[in-house]
Amino acid sequence: MKLKIDGQVREVDVEPDMPLLWVLRDELDIKGVKYGCGVAACGACTVHLDGVAVRSCQTFAEDVGDAEITTIHGLGTPDTLHAVQKAWIDHQVAQCGYCQSGQIMQAASLLAENPNPTDEEIAEAMSGNLCRCGTFPRIRDAIKTASGELRGA
Amino acid sequence: MGKVMKYTRRAFLVGAVAVAGGVAFGYYQVRKPHANPLLDDVSDGEAVFNPWVKIDGDGITLITPHVDLGQGAVSMQAALIAEELDVDFGQFNTDYGKPSAAYYNQAVTQEMAPFMSTDEKFQAEAMRTVLGTVAKLMGMQVTGGSSTVPDSYEKLRRAGAVARETLKLAASKKSGVPVSQLKTEKGSVILPDGTALAYTQLAADAAGLEPVNDVTLRDPQDWRMLGKSMDRIDIVAKSTGTQVYGIDLEIPGMVHATVITNPYKGGSVNTYDASEAEKMRGVKKVVPVTGGIAVIADNTWRAIQAARMVEIDWADGAYPPEMAGHWKILEDSFTEDRLDSKWRDDGDVDANLGDQPIQAEYRVPYVAHAPLEPLCAIVKVDETSAEVWASTQMPRFVQNNVARITGLEPDQVTINNQYSGGSFGHRGEDENIKRTTEVAMSLKGTPVKLTYSREEDFAQDYPRQISMARMQGAVKDGKVETIDISVSAPSTTTSQMGRQFLDRPGMADGQIAAGAWNMPMAIPNFRMTAYQAPHNELAPTSAWRSVGASSNGFFAESFLDELIAEAGADPLEERLRLVNDDIARKVLEAVGDMSGWGGDLGAKRGRGLALVNSFGVPVAEVVEVTDTENGIRIDKVFVAADVGRVLDPIAFDNQVKGGVIWGLGHAMNCEITYSEGRAQQENYWDHEGMRFNQCPEIEVRGLENSEKIRGIGEPPVPPAAPALANAIFAATGTRLREMPFNKTVTFA
Repeated sequence: MKLKIDGQVREVDVEPDMPLLWVLRDELDIKGVKYGCGVAACGACTVHLDGVAVRSCQTFAEDVGDAEITTIHGLGTPDTLHAVQKAWIDHQVAQCGYCQSGQIMQAASLLAENPNPTDEEIAEAMSGNLCRCGTFPRIRDAIKTASGELRGA
Repeated sequence: MGKVMKYTRRAFLVGAVAVAGGVAFGYYQVRKPHANPLLDDVSDGEAVFNPWVKIDGDGITLITPHVDLGQGAVSMQAALIAEELDVDFGQFNTDYGKPSAAYYNQAVTQEMAPFMSTDEKFQAEAMRTVLGTVAKLMGMQVTGGSSTVPDSYEKLRRAGAVARETLKLAASKKSGVPVSQLKTEKGSVILPDGTALAYTQLAADAAGLEPVNDVTLRDPQDWRMLGKSMDRIDIVAKSTGTQVYGIDLEIPGMVHATVITNPYKGGSVNTYDASEAEKMRGVKKVVPVTGGIAVIADNTWRAIQAARMVEIDWADGAYPPEMAGHWKILEDSFTEDRLDSKWRDDGDVDANLGDQPIQAEYRVPYVAHAPLEPLCAIVKVDETSAEVWASTQMPRFVQNNVARITGLEPDQVTINNQYSGGSFGHRGEDENIKRTTEVAMSLKGTPVKLTYSREEDFAQDYPRQISMARMQGAVKDGKVETIDISVSAPSTTTSQMGRQFLDRPGMADGQIAAGAWNMPMAIPNFRMTAYQAPHNELAPTSAWRSVGASSNGFFAESFLDELIAEAGADPLEERLRLVNDDIARKVLEAVGDMSGWGGDLGAKRGRGLALVNSFGVPVAEVVEVTDTENGIRIDKVFVAADVGRVLDPIAFDNQVKGGVIWGLGHAMNCEITYSEGRAQQENYWDHEGMRFNQCPEIEVRGLENSEKIRGIGEPPVPPAAPALANAIFAATGTRLREMPFNKTVTFA
């Protein structure tokens, strides 16, 4: 089957029910997408399908269809940072960093949909993304900074 | 501290790791430095100044032997060297180096001495020296015990200074300019005329010189980097998905595997049938490993799917199948023959408890580590060598274990330590690497990457110790007069060391008392007795962020709060009256000031206070809660901690907030319970910790009154749970004496 990933078309030969997470990680070597729980309980595997955050561990390969898959690598790179990534760096959010790809993809999806979220809206959008190191206070601050940046404030 | 500790042989051996045999090395061995591992494979034109700095014509490499678990260890170690070496971030690479005795941790054992951390009298300092020596003799290379900074603070700055002065000497010989007229800056030696000689250009010359070991460390007032917030070395990679963790590595020719071992931990396999699994797509083979089976496939998901199809008949493990049996063992261990040590006996407790002492029983459950990156390892075994790619807090233990399994010598085993997606103590164990090595033995020449499913990671975790306390106390004239703390818990240290074939027979374990016996409180009658529940009759346990203090801090500070309430005193004022060291006093005063203690919070609100000293760091926390219609909401937390010197304010702030969230989240809703021998919790949905929507605002203040420099990874954890419990009492009148608190109250 063909998948549109970060602006490229990639062909894979996998079972229809292989989770997108494992297609990306083990078949295509796209390692910024992380395995944390496999049951949509942690959010580490979050990618965008047509700009909307989904858990790739619970998305079957066959269900992706023509949708554009965006991973953390498609969102921005060290040389071309997305505003959310830049805010993450400015606020020194990461500790172990393992959840942060998923956090950033979730936050980018939130801001695309709601450019100026309240604290409550941020909390609601981000509560499915677990961080065992406890970086939530910095994530909150970084999302506000990115929100301002994206709105040109 | 008066008669806090009697200096007995039993106490002398506290926490010391397999000292038997070690002490026989004698003075010469103790003085002799370990061989520099970088000299084993030094190449032409490469200068190796000490075990931490090597420079060649192409670049500078700083060796950071403490592994980065998220605490920023690589950044901090590099900064300590770079400060004196005069290089900036971006001008060097870092490397974990190979496992070596030269990287022994001189700090991790020191806090095992049975003295108050504030006790700097001869006997206490002598004991710390002895324990540091034990670590050196054993070549204990360990990341843990909040010891990275205390271990590295002086030695890595010195390593940087030695390299700098040697490079200056090389520049002097080359240019004819006296060393006294040379400066260093941004990776170069600067001549008086402004000419810059790059360290890389000087490396070949410096390689021929004896290192200049007589160096003076810079005054902290002159620091360029330390003491100020630094951009973490890994921050861009960790914000762009480009940080490579162990689980992300691809080794050419690698196969994927997963493992299922007996969920009744320690039990063996009676029989198994892998015929269905072996027919599944991508499956190469199913092999037996110690206590279970492993599936080798061409994709991790296929391996995990197939492993679930293997039918296995398990034998029973050794611990009680149900929790009642576990608690019974703890209840039955408050006996003279299970005495660990009487850690403190001030005044006369028995005479002052009175006829009707205030009594309470407290319990703390097993809890999982569950860092977000599941256990994983890559191992390749050949006839004469083995190579490991995995994150570990104990690289030399791993090296020995892989050697044991493969029949190779330790020096034939290469360890490539990796950045980890969290640990909290999880990677102080190495079962994942042992299992992977067994699989690799069945497929010699092929690198095997073995990834645990999250469910297997939960099932096989060696959790935080289960623990219970029986408390008694008495108050008089509005004051806390007497406290009598008895704790029964298994020795996590013994459980953990047993898996490394190390024995510590007959020793007291400071972790059973840590955080309780050393309360910095001059309560006139103060007794703390620790009992060792038999670790080998309970579920195996392992060090969990803040170890013993994670439970003892809760017992001690919650019960002290009960006594203060009984006395009708104010929780802050009474603690300030009782506190017996100035560093802890200032920490208390700081949170009182930060939180506006005493001010009116309004209806259905409450604040709670706790102060715990762990790993030598006094941390005080005030938690504010509201009893809402949806349950308890944690509004705000104030934290003050004293580590002597804050080397990076942002990193400090991050560690403190993370520690508070760790302590609160697990106290709120986490436990591991066993039924039919299996952990009943399988994944994050039933062992959540704190989530974003429950996370309070947290205000942090770092104090610098202590003479000694300390680590901050663990100390913020222990006060969080009692401060929360005390706040809930203040808001609702309900005392919480058992974790997780959601057994008793609901959280919004």
